Amino acid sequence: MAKSIRIRAKAKGDSTTVKALITHPMETGQRKNKKTGEKIPAHFIQEVTCKHNGASVMTAQWGPAVSKNPYVSVVLSGAKTGDAIELSWVDNKGGKDSTSTTVK
Amino acid sequence: MQRRTFLQGSLAGGAVAVAVGAGLLSPQSVLAAWPEGAFTAKNVQDAMSGIFGSADSTVSDDIKIKAPDIAENGAVVPVSISTKIGGTSKIAIIAEKNGAPLAASFSLSKGTKGFVSTRIKMGKTSDVIAIVEAGGKRYSARKNVKVTIGGCGG
Repeated sequence: MAKSIRIRAKAKGDSTTVKALITHPMETGQRKNKKTGEKIPAHFIQEVTCKHNGASVMTAQWGPAVSKNPYVSVVLSGAKTGDAIELSWVDNKGGKDSTSTTVK
Repeated sequence: MQRRTFLQGSLAGGAVAVAVGAGLLSPQSVLAAWPEGAFTAKNVQDAMSGIFGSADSTVSDDIKIKAPDIAENGAVVPVSISTKIGGTSKIAIIAEKNGAPLAASFSLSKGTKGFVSTRIKMGKTSDVIAIVEAGGKRYSARKNVKVTIGGCGG
């Protein structure tokens, strides 16, 4: 289910900007269901990894304070047009997803 | 307002467990496992110790934080951090007055430039602190962001 990530990598000069949007509720575990008064359990992404040609270049660890449907962007140096970029995430419930793209 | 007090009560209850967890985490193992202690720490010092192994940092002009002066919606505050410090290995984003201040930590390898951007939630007006680790040293910068509607309670 690689539908949760939208990714784009664009080279400009010697730097490549990778931008990704992930669809995820990012529940903090502190909100309450207004009707039942029950707490909505925490559900958030804990780790995001970005790989360039198979080598990990960025590992992010997130807390619940990252916004819903998170956006993440990093700038790589030395990536060329056509290089493979892979982005994956893991959440606190064990859910995960990954997708890959090529540098444009 | 009632929800606010409820939140703080439940947060305080978790603090004891957190303190125990934070002491057991060694900084080297942070990459492999999600550092729960750092993310549930109640203050900036504990969060920094959890993620960097030390709460010391030097204020640096080479770190730029791009964030709005006034955030209308605290649930979505765009924050970009760029640094000119060479050999940056880690960038952490901390919202000082959030219940759990540490929002995100990025470990960067050699193939990256010192730049990360994301969106965070902020409960109330406070400073956003960027901590950059490079060559075993920590540098910091801060920027005040005014929040008109908090984003932590929902």
